[in-house]
Amino acid sequence: MSSQLLTYIFVGLSFALYIGIAIWSRASSTNEFYVAGKGVNPVANGMATAADWMSAASFISMAGLISFLGKDGAVYLMGWTGGYVLLALLLAPYLRKFGQYTVPDFIGTRYYSKTARLVAVLCLIFISFTYVAGQMRGVGIVFSRFLEVEINVGVIIGMIVVFFYAVLGGMKGITYTQVAQYCVMIFAYLVPAIFISILITGNPVPQLGFGDTLVNSSTYLLDKLDQLSIDLGFNAYTENTKSNIDIFCITAALMFGTAGLPHVIVRFFTVPKVSDARKSAGYALVFIALLYTTAPAVAAFSRVNFIESIQEKSYIDSPGWFKNWENIGLIAWQDKNEDGLINYSAGKPFEGSRPIFSDGTGSQGEREIVNTPINDNANEVYIDRDIMVLANPEIAKLPAWVMALVAAGGLAAALSTAAGLLLVISSSISHDLLKKTFMPKINERQELFYARCSAAIAILIAGLFGIYPPAFVAQVVAFAFGLAASTIFPALLLGIFSKRLNKEGAIAGMLAGLVFTASYIIYFKFLFSELDISSNWLLGISPEGIGFLGMIINFAVAISVSSFSTKPPIEVGQMVDKIRLP
Amino acid sequence: MSPQDYWKANLKLLASLLFTWFVISFGFGIILSDFLDQFSLGGFKLGFWFAQQGSIYGFVILIFVYVFAMHRLEKKMKNREEENE
Repeated sequence: MSSQLLTYIFVGLSFALYIGIAIWSRASSTNEFYVAGKGVNPVANGMATAADWMSAASFISMAGLISFLGKDGAVYLMGWTGGYVLLALLLAPYLRKFGQYTVPDFIGTRYYSKTARLVAVLCLIFISFTYVAGQMRGVGIVFSRFLEVEINVGVIIGMIVVFFYAVLGGMKGITYTQVAQYCVMIFAYLVPAIFISILITGNPVPQLGFGDTLVNSSTYLLDKLDQLSIDLGFNAYTENTKSNIDIFCITAALMFGTAGLPHVIVRFFTVPKVSDARKSAGYALVFIALLYTTAPAVAAFSRVNFIESIQEKSYIDSPGWFKNWENIGLIAWQDKNEDGLINYSAGKPFEGSRPIFSDGTGSQGEREIVNTPINDNANEVYIDRDIMVLANPEIAKLPAWVMALVAAGGLAAALSTAAGLLLVISSSISHDLLKKTFMPKINERQELFYARCSAAIAILIAGLFGIYPPAFVAQVVAFAFGLAASTIFPALLLGIFSKRLNKEGAIAGMLAGLVFTASYIIYFKFLFSELDISSNWLLGISPEGIGFLGMIINFAVAISVSSFSTKPPIEVGQMVDKIRLP
Repeated sequence: MSPQDYWKANLKLLASLLFTWFVISFGFGIILSDFLDQFSLGGFKLGFWFAQQGSIYGFVILIFVYVFAMHRLEKKMKNREEENE
């Protein structure tokens, strides 16, 4: 069977499964639509949380990023898992006890203020749309490479599937499809990783394999990788390149940002009891750790495989995957020294951030690019880091069904996260904006109708992002985490652990965190991206890590403004007392 | 156990768990990482291992320690309430 047919079968079967689950578990009340009737088993919720959390970025891009960053890649590994400790210990049980539907619900009630609720809704919508845009790009990449359909057609198919289970099923439908999506995703991630680990080190456990010796040799894989990297002019793989303070702040911003992401927090609203919320966070992290501890192994394996399978090979005899990815423009080769060989090393191959292809072909049959070559280094290869996980099975020459599985897994990762995000967007509109602020008179049936409408509109907007991807997707990820860390996380934490914090303090804190973080990121990422180098950064902190500083500013402003203004009303103190008890 | 004692015990537990959380990630994985790299764990440099593997295992263990400790704490409080009744 051709690999394309296999991919169609795998993707088709998984989509049929998701739609079947959606029909079986559709929501009939707002309680079911927003929080799945608060009846989800903690293990199932852990799986759903893991699928919700692990996006196209985790599945498709992360190992690739790490394989080019080496040890610095740990910022993503620690940053995107450590936040669950904060969630489990500091937020999830208390917010579950509070027992409402959305994150702005808590902020609006705890700070007895519609303004606070609106600021939270604003941050939430911004964070979530930023994220959705990235998912839709992931769907587009998988479809165009593996199913060879137009990116637009792929995005539309993805939209229809999400539409089905998010609009019909609400949180209940999403939860059970996410459980299925987690299983598809983790299976698809582990199978090639185990294969490759056996091929390279003979050890079937990737987490151990990447610390093991190479097959038929006494050299450790990581030592070899360090040597290869140094030979090609890169830093040693197991050493840091970024400064310690920057690594510290990026990790912290990602951790606190994770704990402040609304679509993750609401997952803990769906379990029956407070103790289930704690357990559920633990299970979620187990399921996430399964992928996150495999990713650095995949990164190291694919780095070795990538270098060894192309370095100084002639382009004409280069492997099929090299040309396949070249065809869709994510790999490019420019024969700078005209020897017909692929020379890969440190340094930028040509001017510009992306290759610009002419219609012609070069002397070896490669796609010709019109970018001006940079001649102070020997590197001739442009590679988009996003493709490493998807290309890995081909690079390691694994059977065709493994590639089909990876395609289905990538789609599961992208769709499950997109659905979770779309749900928090729609519930914050129908519940927080309409029911609680502008149209308090609507009844439950009308609210459910508006929830479905806003889910549908959110999907359309997300689809547009996929079809016309904004060029700034990569930059805005820093934004999403920075804002979650500097606005939502402190408001939630102080709301639970301080009774003294009042509405003036919380609003001032959120706005201070928002303005500081947003202006720093906009300054370096959008207005003056040429200045985005470490010597210009405040205290040596990159825009990716600035959310941590924004969070500290939020705390400082919130606490000092509170201490100069009136105490919150007695009912608020009583409410805080109540959520602190199990 | 009164609600106040329960809350105090909870805060104490949180402080010790969060301290551990900080040490295994920011401590061993970042600040002390280069120092730890002189030791090795199989084919891993120790600091590298904490940064890319060890810290994550630690996080999982921390959450489950918290789950069990809170379970005991809640039981204690419930028993006390029943004694008072």
